[in-house]
Amino acid sequence: MANTPHKRPMDLLRFATAGSVDDGKSTLIGRLLLDSKAIFEDQLEAVEATSSAKGYDYTDLALLTDGLRSEREQGITIDVAYRYFATPNRKFIIADTPGHVQYTRNMVTGASTANLGLVLVDARQGLTEQSRRHAVILSLLRVPHLVLAVNKMDLVDYSEEVYDEIHEEFTQFATKLNVPDLEVIPISALQGDNVVTRSENMPWYSGPTLMHHLENVHVASDRDLVDVRFPVQYVIRPKSDEFHDFRGYAGQVAGGVLKPGDEVVVLPSGMTSKISRIDLFDNEIAEAFPPMSVTVHLDDDVDVSRGDMIARVNNAPTPSQDIDAMVCWMTTTPLQPRQKLAIKHTTRTGRALVKDISYRLDVNTLHRDQETKELGVNEIGRVQLRTTVPLLVDPYSKNRTTGSFILIDEATGVTVGAGMING
Amino acid sequence: MARWAGPELNRFGKDGVVPAMTQTHSDYRLSQLDQLEAESIHIFREVAAEFEKPVLMFSGGKDSIVMMRLAEKAFYPAKIPFPVLQVDTGYDFPEVLATRDNWVNRLGVKLVVASVEQAIKDGIVVDDGKTSRNRLQIGTLLNALEEGGFTAAFGGGRRDEEKARAKERVYSHRDEFGQWDPKMQRPELWSLYNGRIHEGEHMRIFPISNWTELDIWDYIGREGIEIPSIYFSHQRRVFERDGMLLTESEHNPLRDGEVAQERTVRFRTVGDLTLTGCVESTASTIQQIIEEVAIARVTERGATRGDDRFSEAAMEDRKKEGYF
Repeated sequence: MANTPHKRPMDLLRFATAGSVDDGKSTLIGRLLLDSKAIFEDQLEAVEATSSAKGYDYTDLALLTDGLRSEREQGITIDVAYRYFATPNRKFIIADTPGHVQYTRNMVTGASTANLGLVLVDARQGLTEQSRRHAVILSLLRVPHLVLAVNKMDLVDYSEEVYDEIHEEFTQFATKLNVPDLEVIPISALQGDNVVTRSENMPWYSGPTLMHHLENVHVASDRDLVDVRFPVQYVIRPKSDEFHDFRGYAGQVAGGVLKPGDEVVVLPSGMTSKISRIDLFDNEIAEAFPPMSVTVHLDDDVDVSRGDMIARVNNAPTPSQDIDAMVCWMTTTPLQPRQKLAIKHTTRTGRALVKDISYRLDVNTLHRDQETKELGVNEIGRVQLRTTVPLLVDPYSKNRTTGSFILIDEATGVTVGAGMING
Repeated sequence: MARWAGPELNRFGKDGVVPAMTQTHSDYRLSQLDQLEAESIHIFREVAAEFEKPVLMFSGGKDSIVMMRLAEKAFYPAKIPFPVLQVDTGYDFPEVLATRDNWVNRLGVKLVVASVEQAIKDGIVVDDGKTSRNRLQIGTLLNALEEGGFTAAFGGGRRDEEKARAKERVYSHRDEFGQWDPKMQRPELWSLYNGRIHEGEHMRIFPISNWTELDIWDYIGREGIEIPSIYFSHQRRVFERDGMLLTESEHNPLRDGEVAQERTVRFRTVGDLTLTGCVESTASTIQQIIEEVAIARVTERGATRGDDRFSEAAMEDRKKEGYF
């Protein structure tokens, strides 16, 4: 590395991992970081010192990711930790989340921004309730790529049969889920088999190593480049002599490709206009697409403000005050019908009334429990809301930005729920 | 074919990094640096839209300079719609203050300076001779935020810097004492940020959370923006203390056995000059710094920040109290 000219990665992949120490998740992450040289000497020394102080005879790589004092004391991962590493081709952001059911909300959080989800199973145990739950959550959050890493292959003599069984069982299970892309990789995080380098112990496996897959999985087409969605975030009006008449609508493109000359509609008013110009800082650009943050100018002096959405005349989201969504509940006081909450959807904020909870989803079995009319902490269910303002929504399955919202407790100001719109 | 209309920004020469601005977009791909920039600009705009009184905490270091650049881009051609706050330890590098002034003047942004010296005189913080200036900054900063009535304060923290930071949200809630409670953090999903606070509380905002040290350098190189000259290799009289190379200064008297000598050095971080160590280096261009950082084996804070070395949880403890 020292002698080759430094080449910076041109691409970005965000992936979420879920699991506990038992699955070897921390060992795996530690190995990815070590092998891509993302761990520094002082970090490794600190971890080695702590490991030996605790009387371990191995370096506990989990200590690298457990950042908070309480986590180190309890020896568990509680919160989402973000980790970074890069290869010459890609930069990676890992959202590392705990695996136990009481941390489902953390897993949902980590999965919300992920392009890829990594589920770990222990080859000796096969699929467990926990690994199924992880797959269900990743599927609910519409993480487009899923990797099942069958870990600890060294402890089952690198057996092809064990791998095949788990592969088969998981493929069966995944038919019930929304998994557009699945890769099942036999690895040993501890020994390094098929993590970065191809394993000589498993000649029967012809698929990619984990790192090769992470580096090459195609994520560019996961975005919606067809349906134009531009939530207006901020109106830029310099009020200076030089830019006297400047009036630009700033925001991050949530879908589609915007071009000057495009006929557009501004929602919820429904007024139509034409894009006259798109700026990226001090450059006029020919096209804007997700996830660019740009400034859009319209031909006419229409009234546009934060919370509005620019879309195409014949392809716009539906303004609606009745929202049907899967909600993950994140606080200890349960969600119940008649409850009132604040809701934030793209750049639009309003209030929401819980009209009904049609069922609670058992994330282990996919069973829909219609008897229970409330959602406890870490539970996911189908909820109907009525909002004070129309929201400009798309189904979450179509657009993860215009299909998602958060619920906020108005008294405490805390984020208490995350919603994915059905349809 | 889509093309950036922008000027050629290649400042690296033909063998260096190809800046993302010149890439075509026939496949609608955005380089990772452009993706990070877009995310950060989104955060700046979100805060400006939702908070009554934001402020940008500016240290003059490379991370806060990148923040200034992103804020400039987020609101262009309007001026940055919030002031810039700097905590003056009294032990700041003069080169850093000069860069600060250049940035503030160029952007026409209001500068608020909170002085640790003044805070000591006013009895807001107590200098017992044992506490570092870095620690005294906490009280000075919190006082300045309270006096200014600021409801959101942008900070240049990155999650790759340190383990406690790795778990901090982009919007990080502070109670009325300015404290951070790592166990009570709000879930943060998608790009939906929750800026609700009560009277007297404020939010720390970390728009460059997802950037790494290398991303920062790449961006500085790509944008061709001014950073303090002490980041580049120069001659300086330094002495060794606790395994660090510290700058010779009236604020930092030599102890028994310490000898100052001239070396060729540069700084990897900038802070209180009595605590911020430098490294021996001949890197005098951004490209050379990037090469050096790419093969570095010690984190920037571990190598050069006396304030982070005291314990494994040093940063977590200071953050809980209200540190940047």
